[in-house]
Amino acid sequence: MTAAQNDTASITVNGRQVPFDGTPLHTTALDWLRGIGLTGCKEGCAEGECGACAILVARPDGSDATQWTALNACLVPAAALDGQEVVTAEGLGTPDDLHPVQREMALRGGSQCGYCTPGFVCSMAAEYYRADRRPEASASLEHGPNGFDLHAMSGNLCRCTGYRPIRDAAYALDTPPDGDPFAARRARPAPPVRPLSLRYGETEFHRPASLADALRLLGERPDAIVVAGCTDWGVEVNLRGARPPAVVAIDRLPELRGLEVTDAYVEIGAALSLSEIERRLDGLIPLLDAVFPQFASRLIRNSATIGGNLGTGSPIGDTTPALLALDADVVLTGPDGDRTVALAEYFTGYRRSVRRADELIRAVRIPLPLAPLTAFHKIAKRRFDDISSVAVAYALDVTDGAVRSARIGVGGAAATPIRAVDTEAALTGRPWTAETVSAAADVLRREGTPMDDHRASAAYRAAMLGQSLRKLYAESREEVVA
Amino acid sequence: MSELSLRPDTGAIGEAIPHESARLHVTGAALYTDDLVHRTKDVLHAWPVQVPVAHGRVTALDPAPALELPGVVRVLTAADVPGVNDAGVKHDEPLFPSEIMFHGHAVCWVLGETLEAARLGAAAVRVEVEPLPALLTVPEAIEARSFQGGQPQVSRGDVEAGLDGAAHVFSGTFEFAGQEHFYLETHAALAHVDEAGQIFVQSSTQHPSETQEIVAHVLGRSSAEVTVQCLRMGGGFGGKEMQPHGFAAIASLGATLTGRPVRLRLNRTHDMTMSGKRHGFHAAWRVGFDGDGRLCALDATLTSDGGWSLDLSEPVLARALCHIDNAYWIPNVRVNGRIAKTNKTSQTAFRGFGGPQGMLVLEDILGRCAPLLGFDAAELRRRNFYQDGQSTPYGQPVRHAHRLHAVWRQVLENGEVAARQAEIEAFNAASRHVKRALAITPVKFGISFNLTAFNQAGALVHVYKDGSVLINHGGTEMGQGLHTKMLQVAATSLGIPLERVRLAPTRTDKVPNTSATAASSGADLNGGAIKNACEQIRTRLLAVAASQLGGNPADVRISDGIATTLGADESMSWDELVRTAYFQRVQLSAAGYYRTEGLHWDSTRMQGTPFKYFAYGAAAAEVEVDGFTGAYRTRRVDIVHDVGDSLSPLVDIGQIEGGFVQGAGWLTLEDLRWDRSDGPNRGRLATQAASTYKLPSFSEMPETFNVTLLRDATEDGVVYGSKAVGEPPLMLAFSVREALRQAAAAFGPAGVSVDLASPATPEAVYWAIEQARSHTEHGHVAAADVAPPQPSPDAPPMRPQSERVTSRV
Repeated sequence: MTAAQNDTASITVNGRQVPFDGTPLHTTALDWLRGIGLTGCKEGCAEGECGACAILVARPDGSDATQWTALNACLVPAAALDGQEVVTAEGLGTPDDLHPVQREMALRGGSQCGYCTPGFVCSMAAEYYRADRRPEASASLEHGPNGFDLHAMSGNLCRCTGYRPIRDAAYALDTPPDGDPFAARRARPAPPVRPLSLRYGETEFHRPASLADALRLLGERPDAIVVAGCTDWGVEVNLRGARPPAVVAIDRLPELRGLEVTDAYVEIGAALSLSEIERRLDGLIPLLDAVFPQFASRLIRNSATIGGNLGTGSPIGDTTPALLALDADVVLTGPDGDRTVALAEYFTGYRRSVRRADELIRAVRIPLPLAPLTAFHKIAKRRFDDISSVAVAYALDVTDGAVRSARIGVGGAAATPIRAVDTEAALTGRPWTAETVSAAADVLRREGTPMDDHRASAAYRAAMLGQSLRKLYAESREEVVA
Repeated sequence: MSELSLRPDTGAIGEAIPHESARLHVTGAALYTDDLVHRTKDVLHAWPVQVPVAHGRVTALDPAPALELPGVVRVLTAADVPGVNDAGVKHDEPLFPSEIMFHGHAVCWVLGETLEAARLGAAAVRVEVEPLPALLTVPEAIEARSFQGGQPQVSRGDVEAGLDGAAHVFSGTFEFAGQEHFYLETHAALAHVDEAGQIFVQSSTQHPSETQEIVAHVLGRSSAEVTVQCLRMGGGFGGKEMQPHGFAAIASLGATLTGRPVRLRLNRTHDMTMSGKRHGFHAAWRVGFDGDGRLCALDATLTSDGGWSLDLSEPVLARALCHIDNAYWIPNVRVNGRIAKTNKTSQTAFRGFGGPQGMLVLEDILGRCAPLLGFDAAELRRRNFYQDGQSTPYGQPVRHAHRLHAVWRQVLENGEVAARQAEIEAFNAASRHVKRALAITPVKFGISFNLTAFNQAGALVHVYKDGSVLINHGGTEMGQGLHTKMLQVAATSLGIPLERVRLAPTRTDKVPNTSATAASSGADLNGGAIKNACEQIRTRLLAVAASQLGGNPADVRISDGIATTLGADESMSWDELVRTAYFQRVQLSAAGYYRTEGLHWDSTRMQGTPFKYFAYGAAAAEVEVDGFTGAYRTRRVDIVHDVGDSLSPLVDIGQIEGGFVQGAGWLTLEDLRWDRSDGPNRGRLATQAASTYKLPSFSEMPETFNVTLLRDATEDGVVYGSKAVGEPPLMLAFSVREALRQAAAAFGPAGVSVDLASPATPEAVYWAIEQARSHTEHGHVAAADVAPPQPSPDAPPMRPQSERVTSRV
């Protein structure tokens, strides 16, 4: 442990610096905020699904400015917000002096029981302050005329209103007026991240200053849990009673937050959140652009990192099938430096991988050029914010009517995400016709070993694998016709 | 027109105003029960010891290991109960059970200095259980003859003769799922012991009086020694009508035993695994139509999944039987009901209270039979509508049946249905992989508690010397806007601006013996009581004003805070009037009371006039279905709904939209799955979290959503001519389900009848599409006469006390 690290923490909440003392280290930001009297922050599910606990955090926007970023307070350890600026619904406005977002919500019937409302207000305020939100000439179903992206509230659930008045409130918002303090705050950098080491009883929380410090810590504490977006940590702590003896937060390490584009590849830092990646890639990888809006919710994407999605090794993480189709490599870093592993060889079993306990995922590397025909098909009960029953990602090169190459990544069909190699073989070198697709679809539906559970039956999962390829073909033909 | 329904020219009634707490909601300032914990000193926290077995006998319970842990203060067990060990009113719901009746049943509770200590203590309590066989599904319970409660029958005419004379007879079965309430605020209670051992419980409850009664009987105390307050709820939907009582009793027991405040708040997992849900049902039926598609006879047996205890299952079943007709005249009817006893949570009230389940059975029959009869489903529905002068199978005249026809016509018009049907046909003809469909369904829903005695309410209104007004009534606020409406009623009735009236939280020591805020009746009943109290005060003030302004009190008007008398120029302000009244020693407070007139119900015979009136509505829903996956979107919904003359249009439209989306959630998305395997997890709720049990989100909101209130709809005999609105709109969502069925059918040959599972998840819709594509014969509707099972002669009837509180011992 480096001596220079802080051993006291504090968080700036609604403009007031509040010490974080004598609090168990597993305490979530939600419980901590409620404990200091900010009970507007509500627990609805404690697993990042309902958004009743959403708060605003001042986060770097990728340059020197700040972006108000909405997060699920139930998933983040309060300790991880040390030195940060947090705003809750109470901080945005008061009953006698409503914030513009609060005014629209109140006047248009956006609240009934009111329990989910502070969370909606925070998600809506984050989108209200999005710097590149601009009025749109042609409003679409999921974008208001004021440029409001409805997906900003995809992680907020309301059981009362049916959502229409909340949508109307969001779409009625103007641009922030001159002198709006939250708008003005965006012009200055986000608070710097400071190294930290906290102890409570037998438990520790560390935010190392550098990648080298992080690796040293992992070497000393093989039992440490590595967190970035904490979207798994929060669920484990809240729902399964996990109380890890040591937590190492790596989400702000600059070495893990790069994004590099060369002629040969795109390298994405493991600790970038999915929202940051989406913003910074700006459409460079169309397959990932297809994944992002279907990946959990905006609240989760603001926290969850691409490294975390691979690190947990879940068979239903939605980025993995896409990265498999993109033929990505995982860059691991450890005491002996970097090593690169093909993603297809990274997983070794259910939630197991080749990563050693003293290694971290540093980056994901996607080779260029990209295959021209890509698609991401997610089968789930709900279109926004659901977990895949199955997910299929395609990267195909169809030239002059024939399939030159095919890579297909599949999630939810086995203990790990898999490449559908038999299907790829059934397509490669064949004409891109209904006959080829039909034969290959029959192969695809037999890939993996889908199971029966509460999300879907095995029969439906298998059927959806085959149907997915047929749908891809039909849509590619429609594009040709159009 | 009755005095009650007469509306003055001025006043806040009928104004579209936001929810009275909206400013508090949006700023996080609104307080809910568990928010009070952070303002209370020395609170103990409660955590349940849940047993992960579907059915079993407790052979040993040893709290000692928990008590050795730091921070564990006490373990509450059956031995601690000074009164009656029962969380309900039917004595079949032990608060501390000796027999585990469902997976996750709490056998005892641990109190800790912190929540963490209580949680760890609960994990340390040693419980030994001898497993017993468990019944999980309704068919399993039917097979085992495992029933509970009465087995009522609603009948009219001669079913056999009706079927004999029918041109077409079909039979079938239908099993459909229940629904988790998923109020965003889970169950919560915070109990204090006051001086002399009196109990004060803050509870998230729709039924404070019953919470009070249960707390009292568990503690062996009188109701006068227990006060229950409900600030507001973060959603209730019926889930907090019966279910909060036991939790409040645990907190109260803990508080009396330790002398410290005790907080009990369920986390989402606790709430979903321990609290009751909407009943799933099984239905077996046969139905006859004449050559013109008119219903001749319906013979059906409905079996609800009651779970482990009776709870509200009997009245829920009664309402299901009383709503199987929905909007349709059926001359010959025989509907039998029974309640399966299964090893699941105790299923309970949920918005619609059995009505949706009864109606779903017939709407499903019509949707499946329409193609077999060669009718467009909408036309089949329309031609079976009630006409003025006809009566329901339980003998109540269907008053205002013409409103059913009116809402239907208007929804066709507003929704431009004819033109859009043509567009949809053209779209489908040109689209191989994506199909659209538009369906229209009606709602007729009876308003009042089936049990006549519950249809009464009280209120307390104070006018203070400064002219400000404080009102209190027996209804609870769960987001439905009841308090907003009550403020409007009070302001209008007194003739003062809305901002002069404040409403205080619901408490049993302000208004006693209240009914649950349920059955959509909150505004009807409490509005009647508030108006009654306000009128008592107003009558007194008119005399005071007359004494000052001259003239007869009957000629005095109070409007917008100014008292005037006919034909005179002089006036006096409300504040002056109130001050004058005080000095004249005129009483400025009043207790109001209301009872709904004209109701009677014989639950043994299932005949009478249980409802004050019917609420009507119709919805047209258009969906688009992807033939590859079964995934779908709701493109447009048009609704015309009858709320009488709206008390508060913004509130009412919110109830209609919210009810519709919640109903669509039940019918399409929300998928309760229990582990039915014979493995160690048998009986475990597999969907016990927000991540696995999916509520509608923004993506399920109808993309275009138009709600219109039926105009000129004054309801005589109801407060300011209004109608109840809480429950009826939920059932408008049948339109989405029927549209999905029709869109699935569009993938197959014309005239194909499609079965659709409920909930109609994308997977269910996909299988329906596959059925339409591959079957030339029709689903599982048999063109045959297979009679549903009939009750055995010794089946227990519904008893009048089935719905009655019989708790005092």
